[in-house]
Amino acid sequence: MQEHDTSWVRTEMALAQQAPAGVRGPGAWVRKNLVGSVGDAILTIIGIALVVMILPQVINWAFLNAQWTGADRTFCATVAQGGIQPDGWSGACWAFVNAKFGQFMFGRYPIEERWRPILIAILFVALLVPLLIPKVPHKGLNAILFFLAMPILAFILLVGGMFGLPHVETPLWGGLLVTLSLSFVGIAASLPIGIVLALGRRSKMPIVKALCVVFIETVRGIPLITVLFMASVMLPLFLPAGVTFDKLLRALIGVSLFAAAYMAEVVRGGLQAIPKGQYEGADSLGLGYWQKMGLIVLPQALKLVIPGIVNTFIGMFKDTSLVYIIGMFDLLGVVKLNFSDANWATPQTARSGLIFAAFVFWLFCFGMSRYSMFTERRLDTGHKR
Amino acid sequence: MASQEILREEPSRASFVNDPKVRSIFFQVLVVVLLGAGVWWIVQNTIDNLARLHIASGFGFLRGRAGFDISDTAIAYSSDSTYGRAIVVGFINTLIVAGAGIVTATLIGFILGIGRLSRNWLIRKICMVYVEIFRNIPPLLVIFFWYSGVLAVLPIPRESINLPFGSFLNQRGFYFPRAVWGDGSWLIFVALLVGIAMAWFVARKARQRQMATGQQFPVFWTSLALVVGLPLLAYALSGFPLTFDFPKQSTFNLTGGFQVKPEFLSLYLALSCYTAAFIAEIVRAGIVGVSKGQTEAAGALGLRPGSILRLVVVPQAMRIIIPPLTSQYLNLTKNSSLAIAIGYPDLTATAGTVLNQTGQAIECVLIMMVVYLVLSLLTSAVMNVVNARMALVER
Repeated sequence: MQEHDTSWVRTEMALAQQAPAGVRGPGAWVRKNLVGSVGDAILTIIGIALVVMILPQVINWAFLNAQWTGADRTFCATVAQGGIQPDGWSGACWAFVNAKFGQFMFGRYPIEERWRPILIAILFVALLVPLLIPKVPHKGLNAILFFLAMPILAFILLVGGMFGLPHVETPLWGGLLVTLSLSFVGIAASLPIGIVLALGRRSKMPIVKALCVVFIETVRGIPLITVLFMASVMLPLFLPAGVTFDKLLRALIGVSLFAAAYMAEVVRGGLQAIPKGQYEGADSLGLGYWQKMGLIVLPQALKLVIPGIVNTFIGMFKDTSLVYIIGMFDLLGVVKLNFSDANWATPQTARSGLIFAAFVFWLFCFGMSRYSMFTERRLDTGHKR
Repeated sequence: MASQEILREEPSRASFVNDPKVRSIFFQVLVVVLLGAGVWWIVQNTIDNLARLHIASGFGFLRGRAGFDISDTAIAYSSDSTYGRAIVVGFINTLIVAGAGIVTATLIGFILGIGRLSRNWLIRKICMVYVEIFRNIPPLLVIFFWYSGVLAVLPIPRESINLPFGSFLNQRGFYFPRAVWGDGSWLIFVALLVGIAMAWFVARKARQRQMATGQQFPVFWTSLALVVGLPLLAYALSGFPLTFDFPKQSTFNLTGGFQVKPEFLSLYLALSCYTAAFIAEIVRAGIVGVSKGQTEAAGALGLRPGSILRLVVVPQAMRIIIPPLTSQYLNLTKNSSLAIAIGYPDLTATAGTVLNQTGQAIECVLIMMVVYLVLSLLTSAVMNVVNARMALVER
């Protein structure tokens, strides 16, 4: 065997050189991301034109020209419209939002009783935040407080009529209070109902399965408004004469059942993604049906479909705005209701109010979707199929 | 469940109560009995209530005189028409707004979805901002925004905004020239149909020839010439029968032309904008879902970038896109029922009016549910056919 001559092989490392000037720094970034080719350059020009056309107008309207304070419509109307602003003025009327802020939050909830929803809101945040941060301990206790103690306390405080608290009828509720109560109850009710429906749909009992399929497919095939109509005009017909239901409760039932059907399909997707071996493994351990589902299948299945579940929550949060159509005043409803206030009728009122409402809805939905992305990454244990 | 099957063949040692078969039958009987009792209770209550309210059940009320006007009607309707016709008018309006919305939302959605994957940073960010804004606000709010925030504050008719092609925009909606088809204009439609048929035939023949001999044929340009050229030729031959009725400004209002009411416009724009954001995400996911190896392999085979996109990437992406796209179309159709909030007379709105006038709650809600269910099922069926044609043909 001949000895290899390796003297030509380099023994020391070559020093790393800096990247060529053409591929680093802001200039290169612009070349790569904005003017990579002729087509790209044209697109960039179109994009810049769009931004230049829209952005300054938006900033001007929402901030620079906006009227932040004021007592009535004159502050947001031009001289020609009977106000104080110069003709041709166009800016947001945040004064309107400012003046109506209490209504937007609580509706017609009596002002001297508003400490009750505020207290619940503080409690809600105080219990929700530690529940959402993975590092905080005592999750079990926290969850029990959040899902059991808080709703009971919230019911007692918000409805009143006991412990010396004056009774506040639900028609007086409104604004964000209604939006959040509807969403919270809807979310808390639709997940368990949805899980039961999904299990029913995959059940081996033909009658149970058929019932679940019919319910899920019917509800998914019709608009929420139809369901709400049904809850508001048909439910009273179904009950014995004299039994009346609270309007808010009727809407709650409608929204929860509607969301449950969608939730069922999401959960079913998760159940189908669990390999058969898991079911068989549970069977071979001698677990019963509910033990098998509760201990083995559902924990894995639900983890897989967290994004879908949160999407359903977001959809439901947005859908609560539809109760406006059956005559309840959630955040959007209250904002819309206040357009007809002659004290504030200006061309800018509607836009300002709606953009404020949009911003609130957006904050909640965007927050939920970002948190779901965070959880998805955290729980991703590599079993995803 | 193979293990259980084997166990069951032997004489069961477990007690009768633990036999899965017995349990299953027991639970099903329980469910049926409970459900039956519940339904019976509801039906009894309903009959009592209806009798108390003196409402006759049945669909006979549909033949009664409606007595209310509908602002947007595609078919002949007056307040003397029947309730049934009012509901049909609403149904047609639902179809119109859903159809128009689906087309526009698909267009905007595909542009945005592709834009989100652009190499261009600015375009990517603009598309992202759009999608994130519209995905996170309720559709009803978007409708209100267009209706009270934008269209209601447009100038009065006398100060209408002039748009190209003789169209106008004002508080009362969007006016554009109406096409007036003169004598002999049927020739144009016939020519269009003939053109489409010939283009299809040419494409088929060209494909056969390419398969057989490898020779290509400029199908696109031929088809374009056939589909556009033939109707134009027919238009010239039949003596230019097409004229336009332009909207004209008079003292208080615009006369002539075709008016699109603000209710329709805001519903249509809102549904398109809102659904487009969701379609954009679906399109993006579909394109990302086609693995990079496919593009590279196609490149290695010598296909040009255009052909790679057309023959390799898009067909595979469509497979991922179509099922969720279907549910977005269904969502759009169902969301069109929000029309009731701004007074566009769609199915829900007209059926709701009928409900209020006649008190026939069960029948009206039933009609709404059945119509939307049938619409949903039809859309699913059509999209399933499309999906089946696109689906992977596995050997």
